[in-house]
Amino acid sequence: MKQLSDRIVAKLQAEMQVPDLAGTRYSVVRHLARGGMGSVWLADDMVLNRRVALKVLDLVAPADDLGALLLREARILAGLEHPGIVPVHDAGTLADGRTFYCMKYVEGQTLAQHIAGKNLSEKLRLLERIAEPLDFAHARGFIHRDLKPENVMIGAFGEVLVMDWGLAKVAATGRKPTEDGISMVVPDPQNSSRVTGQGSVLGTPGYMSPEQEHGGNEVDHRTDIFSLGALLAFMLTGSSEEAPAATRAVPRPLRAICEKAMATDPNARYQSAREMAADTVRYLSGEPVLAYPEGWFERVGRIYARHRTAIVLVGAYLLMRVFFILFARR
Amino acid sequence: MPSVTSQAGIFPLTRHSVLVAAQSADPVARSLAIEAITLAYWRPVYKYVRMKWNINREDAADFTQEFFAHLLEKEFLNSYDSRKGRLRTFLRTCADRLFMNQMRDCKRLKRGGGSPHGSLDFEQAERELATVPSSESPEARFDKEWVRSLFALGLQRLRASCASGGKMIQFELFELHDLEDDDPKPSYSQLAAKFGLATTDVTNYLAFARREFRRCVLDQLREMTATDQEFRREAQALLGVDIR
Repeated sequence: MKQLSDRIVAKLQAEMQVPDLAGTRYSVVRHLARGGMGSVWLADDMVLNRRVALKVLDLVAPADDLGALLLREARILAGLEHPGIVPVHDAGTLADGRTFYCMKYVEGQTLAQHIAGKNLSEKLRLLERIAEPLDFAHARGFIHRDLKPENVMIGAFGEVLVMDWGLAKVAATGRKPTEDGISMVVPDPQNSSRVTGQGSVLGTPGYMSPEQEHGGNEVDHRTDIFSLGALLAFMLTGSSEEAPAATRAVPRPLRAICEKAMATDPNARYQSAREMAADTVRYLSGEPVLAYPEGWFERVGRIYARHRTAIVLVGAYLLMRVFFILFARR
Repeated sequence: MPSVTSQAGIFPLTRHSVLVAAQSADPVARSLAIEAITLAYWRPVYKYVRMKWNINREDAADFTQEFFAHLLEKEFLNSYDSRKGRLRTFLRTCADRLFMNQMRDCKRLKRGGGSPHGSLDFEQAERELATVPSSESPEARFDKEWVRSLFALGLQRLRASCASGGKMIQFELFELHDLEDDDPKPSYSQLAAKFGLATTDVTNYLAFARREFRRCVLDQLREMTATDQEFRREAQALLGVDIR
């Protein structure tokens, strides 16, 4: 029996993981990341001469179920054409039997990396842009179910992309998808229910809604609203688990937005991602937010903060008039 | 020591055949299965006991042979339940228990006694052991040796498959390019010149050999595991990916 050195064994071990791209237009550059059911590899598309990302199923995954799941993810992505959702170029089966799909390679940072050093208003603008593709997907009847900082990428040109739709599900009660005239993908709901394990717990603790955690079948798009709230809490406090209410540094209206989005009862949450984003925009514009009934004193403070320059100018003018009148009487 | 080539003839490559045979009531099937398990595990066990219990090489060699003899005689493997853990962890625990029992009973190891295989190359294993970093734990070494054994058996399987399929050039290219420690390794054009091939042929032949090697290793692993679930768990560990 040939004796293999530790070095050769380590090399063979590493090589066994590399997907067999024989017969495809791609060649592997390096490993990028590991996900729930496979790995993402940076590859060269030798026909178009560009870098792409290949998501490839694990070598030893039970091919029937996970292969179908990966292909389904690719189809969902292909059907969701939005600047905030990574586009899919190709999908298929490799020579070693593994399912793969090819998508745009996003060079950039994860949300957690990107928000370091960013101010409050930049963070809230970011949330608004995360909500856009989410709302777009919800309108087409898809639920992400795994929204978390690792699944949001900010590209080199500042584009915000919601990634990893591997746990996405067809909503049982999605809004009508064709309002804007864009054709939607119609995946096989029977298949999707099976491969996503309807009734089983899928998602990430800390970002998963209570109903999703219980593994119930009644999860709808509002589970993503909960995750969006957790994402906002993460951006404001550095942790999705830390209640923003306990952090005095977070303004009360923003705490209220988080609390509303993360309400245990889905009916008490925002009913759409757009609605939640609109509330954060209201806060940024100095308008009252829907989630927070402000008191008289807070209202005055907010109005003052919003119109500070005008109020100071008018005040200064009035003061000058008073002085002028008093001076003229003498 | 019987080779895997001969083993392949004895054991048809059915899924999980070795473990099933090792737990069967048929003494012949059991004996052959234990022989296959010995081939894959004697080196990890030998190095593990040498490192863990700090015993001399003769006692470690005796213990290793006695351990596999016990595996056959005492029907250790019948108590193995794949739902409770991996086979390799089970075997390592069995080795620990046997050693502790022998220490407790103050039983001296019988030199060369009870061995099902007379030609385990302990000298070679000892030379390999000399290069192991002192900081490495016996458990980590056991796992590394398990991977090494698995790859070596996979390689034998690949050689047999290439020989029967008339693809020995592919195997030789793989050996020269991927399995030699020499640095720098030969370039594709050097190999092409040596074998009288085009460079593109070398690329294709190597790709074929690597693909086949992977298949052979996974076939070998499947044979050495009890269930699909254990196979996947072990393969994930082998490939260095997270186990969920």
